[in-house]
Amino acid sequence: MDANKEQALPEAAAQRREGMRLLARATLAELVDAWEAIADRLDVAPVRGPETGLVMVRGRIGGGGDAFNLGEATVSRATVRLASGEIGHGQMLGTDKERARFAAIFDALFQTEKHRPAVEALHRQIAARIDAEDRRRAEETAATRVDFFTMVRGDD
Amino acid sequence: MYVAVKGGEAAIANAHRLLADRRRGDRSLPSITIEQVVEQLGLAVDRVMAEASLYDRALAALAVRQARGDMIEAIFILRAYRTTLPRFGYSEPVDTANMKVERRVSATYKDLPGGQLLGPTFDYTHRLLDPSLIADETVPEPAVKEPGEHVMRVSDILDGEGLIEGDGRMPEGHVMGDLTREPMEFPMARDLRLQALARGDEGFLLALAYSTQRGYGRTHPFVGEVRIGEVEVELDLPELGFAVSLGVIRVTECQMVNQFKGSAKQPPQFTRGYGLVFGQSERKAMSMSLVDRALRTDEFSEDIVAPAQDQEFVISHADNVQATGFVEHLKLPHYVDFQAELDLVRCMRREYGAARTGGEDGMKEATE
Repeated sequence: MDANKEQALPEAAAQRREGMRLLARATLAELVDAWEAIADRLDVAPVRGPETGLVMVRGRIGGGGDAFNLGEATVSRATVRLASGEIGHGQMLGTDKERARFAAIFDALFQTEKHRPAVEALHRQIAARIDAEDRRRAEETAATRVDFFTMVRGDD
Repeated sequence: MYVAVKGGEAAIANAHRLLADRRRGDRSLPSITIEQVVEQLGLAVDRVMAEASLYDRALAALAVRQARGDMIEAIFILRAYRTTLPRFGYSEPVDTANMKVERRVSATYKDLPGGQLLGPTFDYTHRLLDPSLIADETVPEPAVKEPGEHVMRVSDILDGEGLIEGDGRMPEGHVMGDLTREPMEFPMARDLRLQALARGDEGFLLALAYSTQRGYGRTHPFVGEVRIGEVEVELDLPELGFAVSLGVIRVTECQMVNQFKGSAKQPPQFTRGYGLVFGQSERKAMSMSLVDRALRTDEFSEDIVAPAQDQEFVISHADNVQATGFVEHLKLPHYVDFQAELDLVRCMRREYGAARTGGEDGMKEATE
Protein backbone atom coordinates (compact mmCIF):
# COMPACT_ATOMS: atom_id res chain seq x y z
CA MET A 1 0.00 0.00 0.00
CA ASP A 2 3.03 2.24 -0.38
CA ALA A 3 2.63 4.97 -2.94
CA ASN A 4 6.31 4.77 -3.86
CA LYS A 5 6.35 1.01 -4.35
CA GLU A 6 6.49 1.26 -8.13
CA GLN A 7 9.80 3.12 -8.03
CA ALA A 8 11.44 0.00 -6.66
CA LEU A 9 10.01 -2.28 -9.38
CA PRO A 10 12.59 -3.95 -11.60
CA GLU A 11 12.44 -3.21 -15.32
CA ALA A 12 10.74 -6.47 -16.35
CA ALA A 13 8.02 -6.15 -13.71
CA ALA A 14 7.47 -2.49 -14.60
CA GLN A 15 6.97 -3.43 -18.26
CA ARG A 16 4.53 -6.18 -17.38
CA ARG A 17 2.66 -3.80 -15.08
CA GLU A 18 2.35 -1.21 -17.85
CA GLY A 19 1.16 -3.94 -20.23
CA MET A 20 -1.51 -5.01 -17.76
CA ARG A 21 -2.64 -1.39 -17.38
CA LEU A 22 -3.18 -1.20 -21.13
CA LEU A 23 -4.84 -4.63 -21.41
CA ALA A 24 -7.33 -3.52 -18.72
CA ARG A 25 -8.43 -0.78 -21.14
CA ALA A 26 -8.55 -2.97 -24.27
CA THR A 27 -11.81 -3.43 -26.18
CA LEU A 28 -13.01 -6.96 -26.89
CA ALA A 29 -12.51 -6.34 -30.62
CA GLU A 30 -8.86 -5.32 -30.10
CA LEU A 31 -8.22 -8.47 -28.07
CA VAL A 32 -10.01 -10.85 -30.43
CA ASP A 33 -8.31 -9.39 -33.51
CA ALA A 34 -4.88 -9.66 -31.89
CA TRP A 35 -5.56 -13.24 -30.80
CA GLU A 36 -6.72 -14.28 -34.26
CA ALA A 37 -3.68 -12.65 -35.83
CA ILE A 38 -1.37 -15.04 -33.97
CA ALA A 39 -0.44 -17.85 -36.37
CA ASP A 40 0.60 -20.64 -33.99
CA ARG A 41 -1.65 -20.26 -30.97
CA LEU A 42 -0.72 -22.16 -27.82
CA ASP A 43 -3.23 -24.15 -25.80
CA VAL A 44 -4.55 -22.12 -22.89
CA ALA A 45 -5.82 -23.71 -19.67
CA PRO A 46 -7.89 -21.81 -17.11
CA VAL A 47 -6.38 -21.59 -13.62
CA ARG A 48 -8.88 -19.23 -12.00
CA GLY A 49 -12.05 -17.69 -13.35
CA PRO A 50 -12.93 -15.81 -15.38
CA GLU A 51 -15.03 -14.39 -12.56
CA THR A 52 -16.67 -11.09 -11.59
CA GLY A 53 -16.47 -9.56 -8.15
CA LEU A 54 -15.99 -6.27 -6.36
CA VAL A 55 -13.11 -4.05 -5.40
CA MET A 56 -13.63 -1.43 -2.72
CA VAL A 57 -12.32 1.81 -4.22
CA ARG A 58 -10.58 4.03 -1.71
CA GLY A 59 -10.06 7.76 -1.69
CA ARG A 60 -7.99 10.03 0.55
CA ILE A 61 -9.42 12.54 3.00
CA GLY A 62 -8.81 16.01 1.56
CA GLY A 63 -7.39 14.38 -1.59
CA GLY A 64 -4.01 13.50 -0.05
CA GLY A 65 -4.67 12.51 3.56
CA ASP A 66 -5.50 9.17 5.13
CA ALA A 67 -7.56 6.66 3.15
CA PHE A 68 -11.30 6.07 3.36
CA ASN A 69 -13.63 3.73 1.49
CA LEU A 70 -15.41 5.54 -1.32
CA GLY A 71 -17.52 2.71 -2.74
CA GLU A 72 -17.18 -0.48 -4.72
CA ALA A 73 -16.62 -1.17 -8.41
CA THR A 74 -17.27 -4.31 -10.43
CA VAL A 75 -14.08 -6.10 -11.51
CA SER A 76 -13.61 -9.17 -13.70
CA ARG A 77 -10.47 -11.26 -13.50
CA ALA A 78 -8.98 -14.43 -14.88
CA THR A 79 -5.79 -16.43 -14.54
CA VAL A 80 -4.60 -18.78 -17.28
CA ARG A 81 -1.68 -21.10 -17.95
CA LEU A 82 -0.15 -21.56 -21.39
CA ALA A 83 0.87 -25.00 -22.63
CA SER A 84 4.45 -23.71 -22.33
CA GLY A 85 3.93 -23.02 -18.60
CA GLU A 86 3.62 -19.23 -18.35
CA ILE A 87 0.91 -17.96 -15.99
CA GLY A 88 -1.02 -14.83 -16.98
CA HIS A 89 -3.35 -12.61 -14.98
CA GLY A 90 -6.07 -10.39 -16.41
CA GLN A 91 -8.16 -7.97 -14.35
CA MET A 92 -10.25 -4.95 -15.27
CA LEU A 93 -13.23 -2.86 -14.23
CA GLY A 94 -16.63 -4.10 -15.36
CA THR A 95 -18.38 -7.42 -15.81
CA ASP A 96 -16.89 -8.56 -19.13
CA LYS A 97 -15.31 -11.92 -18.28
CA GLU A 98 -14.28 -12.60 -21.88
CA ARG A 99 -12.11 -9.47 -21.92
CA ALA A 100 -10.55 -10.53 -18.60
CA ARG A 101 -9.73 -13.97 -20.02
CA PHE A 102 -8.10 -12.49 -23.13
CA ALA A 103 -6.16 -10.01 -20.97
CA ALA A 104 -4.82 -12.95 -18.95
CA ILE A 105 -3.80 -14.78 -22.13
CA PHE A 106 -1.91 -11.74 -23.44
CA ASP A 107 -0.23 -11.23 -20.06
CA ALA A 108 0.99 -14.84 -20.31
CA LEU A 109 2.07 -14.44 -23.95
CA PHE A 110 4.01 -11.29 -22.97
CA GLN A 111 6.26 -13.54 -20.89
CA THR A 112 7.15 -15.77 -23.85
CA GLU A 113 10.05 -14.73 -26.04
CA LYS A 114 8.25 -15.83 -29.19
CA HIS A 115 4.96 -13.96 -28.77
CA ARG A 116 6.20 -10.92 -26.92
CA PRO A 117 6.53 -8.72 -30.02
CA ALA A 118 2.90 -9.40 -30.98
CA VAL A 119 1.74 -8.48 -27.46
CA GLU A 120 3.88 -5.33 -27.52
CA ALA A 121 2.23 -4.36 -30.79
CA LEU A 122 -1.16 -4.81 -29.13
CA HIS A 123 0.01 -2.67 -26.19
CA ARG A 124 1.05 0.08 -28.58
CA GLN A 125 -2.27 -0.10 -30.40
CA ILE A 126 -4.25 0.25 -27.15
CA ALA A 127 -1.96 3.02 -25.88
CA ALA A 128 -2.38 4.95 -29.12
CA ARG A 129 -6.16 4.76 -28.90
CA ILE A 130 -6.27 5.81 -25.23
CA ASP A 131 -3.81 8.66 -25.86
CA ALA A 132 -5.91 9.92 -28.78
CA GLU A 133 -9.10 9.78 -26.66
CA ASP A 134 -7.42 11.54 -23.72
CA ARG A 135 -5.88 14.12 -26.02
CA ARG A 136 -9.22 14.86 -27.66
CA ARG A 137 -10.97 15.24 -24.31
CA ALA A 138 -8.19 17.49 -22.97
CA GLU A 139 -8.52 19.71 -26.05
CA GLU A 140 -12.29 19.92 -25.63
CA THR A 141 -11.84 20.86 -21.97
CA ALA A 142 -9.14 23.43 -22.82
CA ALA A 143 -11.60 25.17 -25.15
CA THR A 144 -13.81 25.89 -22.11
CA ARG A 145 -11.01 27.66 -20.20
CA VAL A 146 -11.97 31.15 -19.10
CA ASP A 147 -9.78 34.00 -20.35
CA PHE A 148 -10.28 36.83 -17.91
CA PHE A 149 -9.79 40.41 -18.99
CA THR A 150 -9.94 43.49 -16.83
CA MET A 151 -12.41 46.28 -17.45
CA VAL A 152 -10.75 49.58 -16.61
CA ARG A 153 -13.05 52.21 -15.15
CA GLY A 154 -12.37 55.95 -15.24
CA ASP A 155 -9.80 57.85 -17.27
CA ASP A 156 -6.51 56.97 -15.63
CA MET B 1 -54.23 -16.59 18.54
CA TYR B 2 -52.15 -15.85 15.43
CA VAL B 3 -53.66 -16.72 12.06
CA ALA B 4 -51.27 -16.79 9.12
CA VAL B 5 -52.79 -15.31 5.99
CA LYS B 6 -51.93 -16.66 2.57
CA GLY B 7 -53.06 -15.71 -0.90
CA GLY B 8 -52.42 -13.03 -3.46
CA GLU B 9 -49.98 -15.04 -5.60
CA ALA B 10 -52.04 -14.59 -8.75
CA ALA B 11 -52.56 -10.90 -8.02
CA ILE B 12 -48.81 -10.38 -7.46
CA ALA B 13 -47.88 -12.23 -10.64
CA ASN B 14 -50.35 -10.19 -12.67
CA ALA B 15 -49.21 -6.95 -11.02
CA HIS B 16 -45.61 -7.67 -12.05
CA ARG B 17 -46.78 -8.50 -15.56
CA LEU B 18 -48.61 -5.18 -15.64
CA LEU B 19 -45.48 -3.43 -14.35
CA ALA B 20 -43.47 -4.95 -17.23
CA ASP B 21 -46.09 -3.70 -19.66
CA ARG B 22 -46.12 -0.16 -18.28
CA ARG B 23 -42.32 -0.11 -18.19
CA ARG B 24 -42.24 -0.98 -21.89
CA GLY B 25 -44.90 1.62 -22.65
CA ASP B 26 -46.24 2.22 -26.14
CA ARG B 27 -45.03 -0.74 -28.26
CA SER B 28 -45.08 1.37 -31.43
CA LEU B 29 -42.07 3.30 -30.02
CA PRO B 30 -38.59 1.75 -30.11
CA SER B 31 -37.36 0.25 -26.84
CA ILE B 32 -34.65 2.33 -25.11
CA THR B 33 -31.25 0.62 -25.03
CA ILE B 34 -28.76 0.46 -22.14
CA GLU B 35 -26.22 2.24 -24.32
CA GLN B 36 -28.70 5.08 -24.90
CA VAL B 37 -29.27 5.44 -21.17
CA VAL B 38 -25.50 5.48 -20.52
CA GLU B 39 -24.85 8.03 -23.27
CA GLN B 40 -27.90 10.30 -23.03
CA LEU B 41 -28.99 10.06 -19.37
CA GLY B 42 -25.44 9.85 -18.02
CA LEU B 43 -26.00 11.95 -14.92
CA ALA B 44 -28.92 9.75 -13.83
CA VAL B 45 -26.58 6.78 -14.25
CA ASP B 46 -23.92 8.60 -12.19
CA ARG B 47 -26.33 9.29 -9.34
CA VAL B 48 -27.41 5.67 -9.22
CA MET B 49 -23.77 4.51 -9.10
CA ALA B 50 -22.89 6.98 -6.34
CA GLU B 51 -25.80 6.18 -4.04
CA ALA B 52 -25.79 2.43 -4.75
CA SER B 53 -22.07 2.66 -3.89
CA LEU B 54 -21.20 0.57 -6.95
CA TYR B 55 -19.31 1.88 -9.96
CA ASP B 56 -20.59 0.17 -13.11
CA ARG B 57 -22.19 2.39 -15.75
CA ALA B 58 -23.88 -0.42 -17.70
CA LEU B 59 -25.45 -2.04 -14.64
CA ALA B 60 -26.57 1.34 -13.29
CA ALA B 61 -28.20 2.11 -16.65
CA LEU B 62 -29.95 -1.25 -16.56
CA ALA B 63 -31.22 -0.43 -13.08
CA VAL B 64 -32.52 2.97 -14.25
CA ARG B 65 -34.38 1.30 -17.09
CA GLN B 66 -35.72 -1.50 -14.92
CA ALA B 67 -36.93 1.04 -12.35
CA ARG B 68 -38.72 3.12 -15.02
CA GLY B 69 -36.52 6.06 -14.08
CA ASP B 70 -37.32 5.87 -10.35
CA MET B 71 -33.88 6.78 -9.00
CA ILE B 72 -34.20 5.37 -5.50
CA GLU B 73 -35.67 2.12 -6.85
CA ALA B 74 -32.72 1.90 -9.28
CA ILE B 75 -30.27 2.57 -6.43
CA PHE B 76 -31.99 -0.15 -4.37
CA ILE B 77 -31.71 -2.69 -7.23
CA LEU B 78 -28.02 -1.95 -7.82
CA ARG B 79 -27.24 -1.99 -4.07
CA ALA B 80 -28.93 -5.38 -3.82
CA TYR B 81 -26.95 -6.68 -6.81
CA ARG B 82 -23.63 -5.80 -5.18
CA THR B 83 -24.38 -8.13 -2.27
CA THR B 84 -24.36 -11.08 -4.71
CA LEU B 85 -20.69 -10.58 -5.67
CA PRO B 86 -17.53 -11.61 -3.80
CA ARG B 87 -15.10 -8.91 -2.64
CA PHE B 88 -11.69 -9.23 -4.32
CA GLY B 89 -9.97 -6.59 -2.23
CA TYR B 90 -9.37 -2.89 -1.55
CA SER B 91 -7.91 -0.60 -4.19
CA GLU B 92 -5.00 1.73 -3.67
CA PRO B 93 -6.40 5.19 -2.82
CA VAL B 94 -7.24 7.06 -6.03
CA ASP B 95 -4.94 10.00 -6.81
CA THR B 96 -7.17 12.99 -7.54
CA ALA B 97 -4.16 15.31 -7.94
CA ASN B 98 -3.38 13.38 -11.15
CA MET B 99 -6.96 13.41 -12.39
CA LYS B 100 -7.57 13.78 -16.14
CA VAL B 101 -9.55 16.95 -15.49
CA GLU B 102 -12.69 17.60 -17.55
CA ARG B 103 -13.91 20.48 -15.42
CA ARG B 104 -12.30 22.50 -12.66
CA VAL B 105 -13.50 25.73 -11.16
CA SER B 106 -12.33 27.66 -8.12
CA ALA B 107 -14.28 30.36 -6.33
CA THR B 108 -11.26 31.48 -4.29
CA TYR B 109 -8.67 32.25 -7.00
CA LYS B 110 -9.33 33.78 -10.40
CA ASP B 111 -5.95 33.05 -11.95
CA LEU B 112 -4.48 29.77 -10.86
CA PRO B 113 -2.32 27.09 -12.50
CA GLY B 114 -4.56 25.13 -14.87
CA GLY B 115 -7.12 27.91 -15.04
CA GLN B 116 -10.87 27.85 -14.72
CA LEU B 117 -12.06 25.01 -16.93
CA LEU B 118 -15.84 25.11 -17.29
CA GLY B 119 -16.26 21.74 -19.00
CA PRO B 120 -19.73 20.40 -19.82
CA THR B 121 -21.63 22.54 -17.28
CA PHE B 122 -25.25 23.62 -16.83
CA ASP B 123 -23.92 26.84 -15.23
CA TYR B 124 -24.65 29.99 -17.25
CA THR B 125 -27.39 28.26 -19.26
CA HIS B 126 -30.67 30.15 -19.08
CA ARG B 127 -32.65 27.16 -17.89
CA LEU B 128 -35.13 27.65 -20.70
CA LEU B 129 -36.70 24.57 -22.27
CA ASP B 130 -35.02 23.92 -25.60
CA PRO B 131 -37.49 22.95 -28.34
CA SER B 132 -34.62 22.02 -30.69
CA LEU B 133 -34.14 18.86 -28.62
CA ILE B 134 -37.64 17.70 -29.62
CA ALA B 135 -36.69 17.79 -33.27
CA ASP B 136 -33.46 15.89 -32.61
CA GLU B 137 -31.39 18.46 -34.50
CA THR B 138 -27.77 17.78 -35.35
CA VAL B 139 -25.43 18.77 -32.52
CA PRO B 140 -22.13 20.44 -33.54
CA GLU B 141 -18.83 18.89 -32.49
CA PRO B 142 -17.19 20.52 -29.43
CA ALA B 143 -14.62 23.29 -29.91
CA VAL B 144 -10.99 22.33 -29.27
CA LYS B 145 -7.90 24.19 -28.07
CA GLU B 146 -4.34 23.33 -27.15
CA PRO B 147 -4.36 22.01 -23.55
CA GLY B 148 -2.59 24.14 -20.94
CA GLU B 149 -0.47 23.36 -17.90
CA HIS B 150 -1.10 20.82 -15.12
CA VAL B 151 -4.19 21.61 -13.06
CA MET B 152 -2.74 22.34 -9.61
CA ARG B 153 -4.74 21.65 -6.47
CA VAL B 154 -5.97 24.84 -4.80
CA SER B 155 -5.40 23.42 -1.32
CA ASP B 156 -1.69 23.06 -2.18
CA ILE B 157 -1.50 26.78 -3.00
CA LEU B 158 -2.84 27.77 0.42
CA ASP B 159 -0.92 25.00 2.15
CA GLY B 160 2.36 26.47 0.88
CA GLU B 161 1.76 29.50 3.09
CA GLY B 162 0.46 27.45 6.03
CA LEU B 163 -2.85 29.30 5.78
CA ILE B 164 -4.95 26.14 5.61
CA GLU B 165 -5.09 22.89 7.53
CA GLY B 166 -3.52 19.89 5.79
CA ASP B 167 -5.31 17.00 4.09
CA GLY B 168 -7.13 14.99 6.74
CA ARG B 169 -5.16 12.75 9.07
CA MET B 170 -6.78 10.19 11.33
CA PRO B 171 -5.44 9.77 14.88
CA GLU B 172 -2.27 7.69 15.31
CA GLY B 173 -3.01 3.95 15.14
CA HIS B 174 -6.50 4.39 13.63
CA VAL B 175 -7.64 1.41 11.55
CA MET B 176 -9.68 2.38 8.49
CA GLY B 177 -13.31 1.36 8.90
CA ASP B 178 -15.66 -0.13 6.32
CA LEU B 179 -19.41 0.40 6.65
CA THR B 180 -20.12 -2.64 4.49
CA ARG B 181 -18.33 -4.89 6.96
CA GLU B 182 -19.09 -3.49 10.42
CA PRO B 183 -22.30 -2.21 12.01
CA MET B 184 -22.61 1.57 12.52
CA GLU B 185 -21.44 2.91 15.85
CA PHE B 186 -21.39 6.43 17.22
CA PRO B 187 -19.34 8.49 17.64
CA MET B 188 -18.16 7.61 14.12
CA ALA B 189 -14.68 8.46 12.85
CA ARG B 190 -14.27 10.80 9.87
CA ASP B 191 -13.21 8.08 7.40
CA LEU B 192 -16.42 6.12 8.04
CA ARG B 193 -18.51 9.29 7.93
CA LEU B 194 -17.07 10.10 4.50
CA GLN B 195 -17.93 6.60 3.27
CA ALA B 196 -21.51 7.07 4.50
CA LEU B 197 -21.77 10.56 2.98
CA ALA B 198 -20.34 9.39 -0.37
CA ARG B 199 -23.29 7.03 -0.76
CA GLY B 200 -25.79 9.25 1.05
CA ASP B 201 -28.92 10.61 -0.59
CA GLU B 202 -28.17 13.69 -2.70
CA GLY B 203 -31.38 15.44 -1.70
CA PHE B 204 -30.84 14.85 2.00
CA LEU B 205 -27.23 16.06 1.90
CA LEU B 206 -28.22 19.06 -0.24
CA ALA B 207 -30.87 20.07 2.32
CA LEU B 208 -28.44 19.70 5.22
CA ALA B 209 -25.73 21.63 3.37
CA TYR B 210 -28.26 24.37 2.64
CA SER B 211 -29.27 24.47 6.29
CA THR B 212 -25.67 25.25 7.31
CA GLN B 213 -25.66 28.17 4.87
CA ARG B 214 -28.89 29.48 6.37
CA GLY B 215 -27.35 29.59 9.82
CA TYR B 216 -27.99 26.15 11.29
CA GLY B 217 -24.34 25.37 11.99
CA ARG B 218 -22.70 28.01 9.85
CA THR B 219 -19.20 27.22 8.49
CA HIS B 220 -18.46 30.22 6.22
CA PRO B 221 -17.59 28.17 3.14
CA PHE B 222 -15.79 28.95 -0.12
CA VAL B 223 -15.40 26.47 -2.94
CA GLY B 224 -11.62 26.11 -3.05
CA GLU B 225 -12.16 23.96 -6.07
CA VAL B 226 -14.48 21.50 -7.72
CA ARG B 227 -12.95 19.10 -10.21
CA ILE B 228 -14.42 16.34 -12.36
CA GLY B 229 -12.47 13.77 -14.33
CA GLU B 230 -11.00 10.31 -14.60
CA VAL B 231 -8.72 8.70 -12.05
CA GLU B 232 -6.99 5.36 -12.27
CA VAL B 233 -8.04 2.51 -9.96
CA GLU B 234 -5.16 0.27 -8.89
CA LEU B 235 -5.33 -3.06 -7.10
CA ASP B 236 -2.42 -4.73 -5.37
CA LEU B 237 -1.87 -8.25 -6.73
CA PRO B 238 -0.17 -10.31 -4.02
CA GLU B 239 0.79 -13.03 -6.53
CA LEU B 240 2.83 -10.48 -8.47
CA GLY B 241 3.95 -8.23 -5.65
CA PHE B 242 2.84 -4.98 -7.26
CA ALA B 243 -0.33 -2.97 -7.88
CA VAL B 244 -1.88 -3.00 -11.36
CA SER B 245 -4.35 -0.62 -12.94
CA LEU B 246 -7.88 -1.92 -13.41
CA GLY B 247 -8.93 1.01 -15.58
CA VAL B 248 -10.34 4.46 -14.91
CA ILE B 249 -13.43 5.81 -13.17
CA ARG B 250 -14.89 9.31 -13.32
CA VAL B 251 -15.26 11.09 -10.00
CA THR B 252 -16.18 14.54 -8.72
CA GLU B 253 -14.13 16.12 -5.95
CA CYS B 254 -14.89 19.23 -3.92
CA GLN B 255 -12.42 21.02 -1.67
CA MET B 256 -14.42 23.34 0.55
CA VAL B 257 -12.43 26.04 2.37
CA ASN B 258 -14.05 27.18 5.59
CA GLN B 259 -13.43 29.95 8.06
CA PHE B 260 -10.42 29.80 10.30
CA LYS B 261 -9.73 28.25 13.63
CA GLY B 262 -6.77 28.82 15.85
CA SER B 263 -5.70 27.96 19.34
CA ALA B 264 -3.08 28.85 21.92
CA LYS B 265 -0.76 26.37 20.20
CA GLN B 266 -1.61 27.15 16.59
CA PRO B 267 -2.11 30.40 14.65
CA PRO B 268 -5.46 30.76 12.88
CA GLN B 269 -5.83 28.88 9.59
CA PHE B 270 -8.63 27.95 7.23
CA THR B 271 -10.39 24.66 7.93
CA ARG B 272 -11.69 22.29 5.27
CA GLY B 273 -14.51 20.01 4.22
CA TYR B 274 -14.08 17.26 1.64
CA GLY B 275 -16.38 15.72 -0.92
CA LEU B 276 -15.66 12.83 -3.30
CA VAL B 277 -18.39 11.16 -5.33
CA PHE B 278 -18.60 8.57 -8.13
CA GLY B 279 -19.45 10.07 -11.51
CA GLN B 280 -20.20 13.68 -12.40
CA SER B 281 -22.15 15.23 -9.55
CA GLU B 282 -20.86 18.50 -8.20
CA ARG B 283 -24.08 19.27 -6.30
CA LYS B 284 -23.54 16.09 -4.31
CA ALA B 285 -19.77 16.61 -3.88
CA MET B 286 -20.31 20.20 -2.68
CA SER B 287 -23.07 19.15 -0.28
CA MET B 288 -20.90 16.33 1.03
CA SER B 289 -18.00 18.69 1.71
CA LEU B 290 -20.24 21.16 3.57
CA VAL B 291 -21.73 18.40 5.71
CA ASP B 292 -18.27 16.84 6.29
CA ARG B 293 -17.04 20.17 7.67
CA ALA B 294 -20.17 20.69 9.77
CA LEU B 295 -19.74 17.25 11.35
CA ARG B 296 -16.16 17.93 12.50
CA THR B 297 -17.35 19.54 15.72
CA ASP B 298 -15.15 17.41 17.98
CA GLU B 299 -11.95 18.40 16.15
CA PHE B 300 -12.67 22.12 16.50
CA SER B 301 -14.44 22.03 19.90
CA GLU B 302 -17.63 23.40 18.36
CA ASP B 303 -21.00 23.18 20.10
CA ILE B 304 -23.56 20.98 18.38
CA VAL B 305 -26.47 23.36 17.87
CA ALA B 306 -27.87 22.28 14.49
CA PRO B 307 -28.98 19.07 12.74
CA ALA B 308 -26.12 19.13 10.20
CA GLN B 309 -23.59 18.95 13.08
CA ASP B 310 -25.23 15.93 14.72
CA GLN B 311 -23.43 12.91 13.26
CA GLU B 312 -25.88 10.35 14.60
CA PHE B 313 -28.78 12.25 13.04
CA VAL B 314 -27.00 12.86 9.73
CA ILE B 315 -25.38 9.46 9.17
CA SER B 316 -28.34 7.43 10.41
CA HIS B 317 -30.68 9.11 7.94
CA ALA B 318 -28.46 9.69 4.90
CA ASP B 319 -28.92 6.25 3.30
CA ASN B 320 -31.96 6.37 1.03
CA VAL B 321 -32.15 2.58 0.62
CA GLN B 322 -32.55 2.17 4.38
CA ALA B 323 -34.89 5.14 4.56
CA THR B 324 -37.16 4.03 1.76
CA GLY B 325 -37.25 0.50 3.14
CA PHE B 326 -38.53 1.67 6.49
CA VAL B 327 -40.93 4.30 5.19
CA GLU B 328 -42.32 2.11 2.41
CA HIS B 329 -42.75 -0.98 4.58
CA LEU B 330 -45.72 0.85 6.15
CA LYS B 331 -47.83 -0.02 3.10
CA LEU B 332 -47.29 -3.75 3.58
CA PRO B 333 -49.96 -5.72 5.50
CA HIS B 334 -50.17 -4.63 9.14
CA TYR B 335 -53.56 -6.28 9.61
CA VAL B 336 -52.79 -7.90 12.96
CA ASP B 337 -51.03 -4.84 14.41
CA PHE B 338 -53.92 -2.67 13.32
CA GLN B 339 -56.50 -5.12 14.76
CA ALA B 340 -54.76 -4.80 18.12
CA GLU B 341 -54.83 -0.99 17.88
CA LEU B 342 -58.54 -1.11 16.97
CA ASP B 343 -59.29 -3.24 20.02
CA LEU B 344 -57.30 -0.87 22.18
CA VAL B 345 -59.00 2.29 20.96
CA ARG B 346 -62.45 0.64 21.36
CA CYS B 347 -61.55 -0.36 24.90
CA MET B 348 -60.32 3.17 25.71
CA ARG B 349 -63.51 4.69 24.31
CA ARG B 350 -65.61 2.34 26.45
CA GLU B 351 -63.68 3.39 29.53
CA TYR B 352 -63.97 7.05 28.54
CA GLY B 353 -67.75 6.62 28.05
CA ALA B 354 -68.13 4.81 31.35
CA ALA B 355 -66.13 7.45 33.21
CA ARG B 356 -68.22 10.23 31.65
CA THR B 357 -71.53 8.55 32.48
CA GLY B 358 -70.30 7.78 35.96
CA GLY B 359 -69.10 11.38 36.38
CA GLU B 360 -72.42 12.83 35.20
CA ASP B 361 -74.29 10.54 37.59
CA GLY B 362 -72.06 11.77 40.38
CA MET B 363 -72.77 15.41 39.42
CA LYS B 364 -76.49 14.73 39.40
CA GLU B 365 -76.27 13.15 42.84
CA ALA B 366 -74.41 16.13 44.19
CA THR B 367 -77.01 18.64 42.93
CA GLU B 368 -79.89 16.64 44.24
